[in-house]
Amino acid sequence: MTVGTTASTEGGIRLQGLTKTFQSSQGPVRAVRGIDVSIAAGETVALLGPNGAGKSTTIDMMLGLAKPDGGTVAVFGRPPREAVDAGLVGAMLQSGALIRDLTVREIVAMMASLYPDPIDVDEALELTGLKTKAGQRTQKLSGGETQRVRFAVAIVSNPELLVLDEPTVAMDVEGRREFWTIMRQFAARGKTVLFATHYLEEADANADRAILMAHGTIVADGPTTEIKARVGRRTIRSTLPGVDPAKLAELPGVAAADRHGDAVILNCTDSDQTIRELLQRYPDARDIEITGGSLEEAFLELTGEPDTEAPELVTR
Amino acid sequence: MSGLVYARYEMLRTFRNRRFFMFSLGFPLVFYWILAAPKHNKLIGGTPFTWGLYYMVGLASFGTMMAMISSGARIAGERQTGWTRQLRISPLSVRTYFRAKVLTGYTMALLTLALLYASGAALGVSLTAGRWLEMTGLILVGLLPFAALGILIGHLVTTDSVGPVMGGLVSLLAFLGGTWFPITGGFLHSLGQLLPSWWLVQAGHVALGGPAWGNRGWITVAAWAAILAAGAAWAYRRDTAKV
Repeated sequence: MTVGTTASTEGGIRLQGLTKTFQSSQGPVRAVRGIDVSIAAGETVALLGPNGAGKSTTIDMMLGLAKPDGGTVAVFGRPPREAVDAGLVGAMLQSGALIRDLTVREIVAMMASLYPDPIDVDEALELTGLKTKAGQRTQKLSGGETQRVRFAVAIVSNPELLVLDEPTVAMDVEGRREFWTIMRQFAARGKTVLFATHYLEEADANADRAILMAHGTIVADGPTTEIKARVGRRTIRSTLPGVDPAKLAELPGVAAADRHGDAVILNCTDSDQTIRELLQRYPDARDIEITGGSLEEAFLELTGEPDTEAPELVTR
Repeated sequence: MSGLVYARYEMLRTFRNRRFFMFSLGFPLVFYWILAAPKHNKLIGGTPFTWGLYYMVGLASFGTMMAMISSGARIAGERQTGWTRQLRISPLSVRTYFRAKVLTGYTMALLTLALLYASGAALGVSLTAGRWLEMTGLILVGLLPFAALGILIGHLVTTDSVGPVMGGLVSLLAFLGGTWFPITGGFLHSLGQLLPSWWLVQAGHVALGGPAWGNRGWITVAAWAAILAAGAAWAYRRDTAKV
């Protein structure tokens, strides 16, 4: 590092050989089982996985809220605690309420006062759409508004790294859409963003890259397009007697076709396109059923077997 | 100066919590008027103090003790809502966080004293300016152990049980400290002298010409402050270590 530069984000985020085991009444739960992650400054990364995959535990270790049993965490070249103390990190944790008896504006200003280089409080309220709620007491907010305030608290610190742990859980569809728009605006300022989600669509729409976790390990890591192709398949089932599966396999968007008696099963990379063509070419197809490739299913495919270590014990 | 801004908001939200604010300030005041008003200018048997004076001092110790402990114990609520986790991922230092709690406690304590002194004056308590100040100074020093005790309770107890734990503890400490009636001899007298609440009550008496705090008082208060501060630090670490 040369003198006089503000290379505070140098090194990005590095997790090496990270492990964490919890003791539960049913024996130890290996929440995180040796993961290596490297995130460059400025990247927007989704941490994707079902409940109990180890996402929150990983995030807690990244923020210095949990101590790893093994391995190291470096946030911009420093231990997490130092990065937090330097005001480089803003986060929206998975659960958590606000303290009462302050107005929205006051709670955001209170948190802003703790950081060396915060953004303007009004700007944070504007960004998160809280301008009209600024004078309202925190205990009188709806669930979705509370989430917005927590988001405002996370970004008012003007962090270099923004961590969001399943941020849209309490939001309705419209709230989610707005939330991600704001998140992308913030990321566009050159910030590093890591968010955890179990929705593939959220990862696909908002991240450059997705890291898939299952039972405490990383099962895939790459551009979202690649991940999507791997796990984003849907299955179309239909009753369609007398059609050769080989012909069905030629339909657009079909990866594989199979037949069991009168039923056909199409494994699709683009089920929308497939279904249009299917109905056009075979109007007598009936009992049509389209099922999404759930992440859980995809993880089973990727990892080969279901988790036997009661992962639900790991989630808070 | 970020610590000061934080402390300011901390106080603001304490004063806005009307139930907490009214109860903390109102309770000792109501008690004082009930206990002291009927015979306010008569002497309490075996003491050189009038009822008005004795209970002004007694309830000053009770009220300020309650104010200090309950300010720290509000941490229990912040832990439960996950707010302390949010604070831990900010640059706010533990020291600044605790200082804000203690400052809030002392502000509440000073308001309690002001109200009780005014009531005392209304009931005929008359002291020189020097004595008012001396009494107040000693009470403020005597409150240090209770600042630590509040933080300790806030980290050990859940929101469900913080009320009973605090109420029980404060009642016991106040009783043994001689808040409600003078304890002049026997086992309770010896036991009382080992407690910080005893010396809080004595703080008032010293300024009124009663027996001095002396070495014993200073050492007892300092020892409790040290023990409870160590306990609070331990409870904080224990609380933040588990996730």
